[in-house]
Amino acid sequence: MNTATSTITFADRWDHFLTRWGVNRMGRRVEPGLYAIGNPTKDSPVFVTANYTLSFDALRSALARMAAYILVLDTEGINVWCAAGKGTFGTDELAHRIEATALRDVVSHRIVILPQLGAPGVAAHEVKKRTSFKVEYGPVRAADLPEYLKHHEATPEMRRVRFTLRDRLAVIPVEIVGGLLPMLIAAAVAYLMGGWVSSLAVLAAILAGVALFPILLPWLPTRDFSAKGFFLGALVALPFVLLSLQGNADAAWWYRAGRAIAPLLIWPPVTAFLALNFTGSTTFTSRSGVRREIFAYVPVMAWMFAIGIALMLGLPIIRTVGG
Amino acid sequence: MFDAYQTNTLKFNRDECNGCGMCYAVCPHAVFNRNGRTITLARAENCMECGACQRNCPTNVIAVDSGVGCATAMMIAAVTRKRAPVCG
Repeated sequence: MNTATSTITFADRWDHFLTRWGVNRMGRRVEPGLYAIGNPTKDSPVFVTANYTLSFDALRSALARMAAYILVLDTEGINVWCAAGKGTFGTDELAHRIEATALRDVVSHRIVILPQLGAPGVAAHEVKKRTSFKVEYGPVRAADLPEYLKHHEATPEMRRVRFTLRDRLAVIPVEIVGGLLPMLIAAAVAYLMGGWVSSLAVLAAILAGVALFPILLPWLPTRDFSAKGFFLGALVALPFVLLSLQGNADAAWWYRAGRAIAPLLIWPPVTAFLALNFTGSTTFTSRSGVRREIFAYVPVMAWMFAIGIALMLGLPIIRTVGG
Repeated sequence: MFDAYQTNTLKFNRDECNGCGMCYAVCPHAVFNRNGRTITLARAENCMECGACQRNCPTNVIAVDSGVGCATAMMIAAVTRKRAPVCG
């Protein structure tokens, strides 16, 4: 059997930091199997987790000064909740891992404690039938385990998943890294088409979508991510409208109006699209709701963006041709 | 207006519920209420269709079209014509 400690070292913290920045994202794996923590006996509790280092570390660090077993499932380096959604943190893998580690010979009781968020993949009654082990769903957060273990009863608060400012800040780095290459390409193209102001507008629209949006999420108006994104995108595009009005002071009125409207047509859809894509990083959006959002908003985003680009490219041509 | 999340696919057949309380225990959004062995659908609009309650209901009285509410995965799946959207 492997052993683990509850200590999070500086090297662990550095690894967590790199993980948050998407470095070697699929390689953050723990060897699946049974781990001893403290000096467990036949009566010590068994906790189940995924073989993603952040999941494993969150669990073991919550078990300070405790003797226990950790049963690590093979979820291909994916966290508990996402793996449960896919079914890799699931009934089959749990039953298989209980057999493969001969858990019934290691402990005398027949209880495994799972993180609550493993429930979408695990049918507790099915596991009981197949392995004779009773699945007990612990709290959502490993940090609540010491409190939970006092009565083996989770409070309603322990059962709720939240999405606090801290949680939202934690996912921003990976959002930025994911959007970096498209952002630099778009900024370069914008520079060639409209100079540094356009380039800056691209950066503002994209950073608003991947960084500002997650921070402001609960305070932006409406419930739809796309509508929230349009609102934020319009705010961020406003300075570029003003810059455009200032820059074309001696042009014809229709040219000035057109150039001023263009940023409002081009950039808010970009921010809104990124906002819509943030649904997958949150803890509460339903599939049917997201589907409705996609059908309702993506065509609007595409049309606004296309008309805006056409306007920006067309206006100088009309001005030249029209003399 | 501007609320795509007002309705969802969760259905709960209260008449055939045995009151075991598993749905109440696994729901991360307090969709169910529990009073002894009586379970009620209290906050259906909070449901994110994760499917935990359905999966752990031993009497099959909960139905939900479960899946991951992720726009990126769904749009990629639509473009590549794969049936089940996944990530990571």
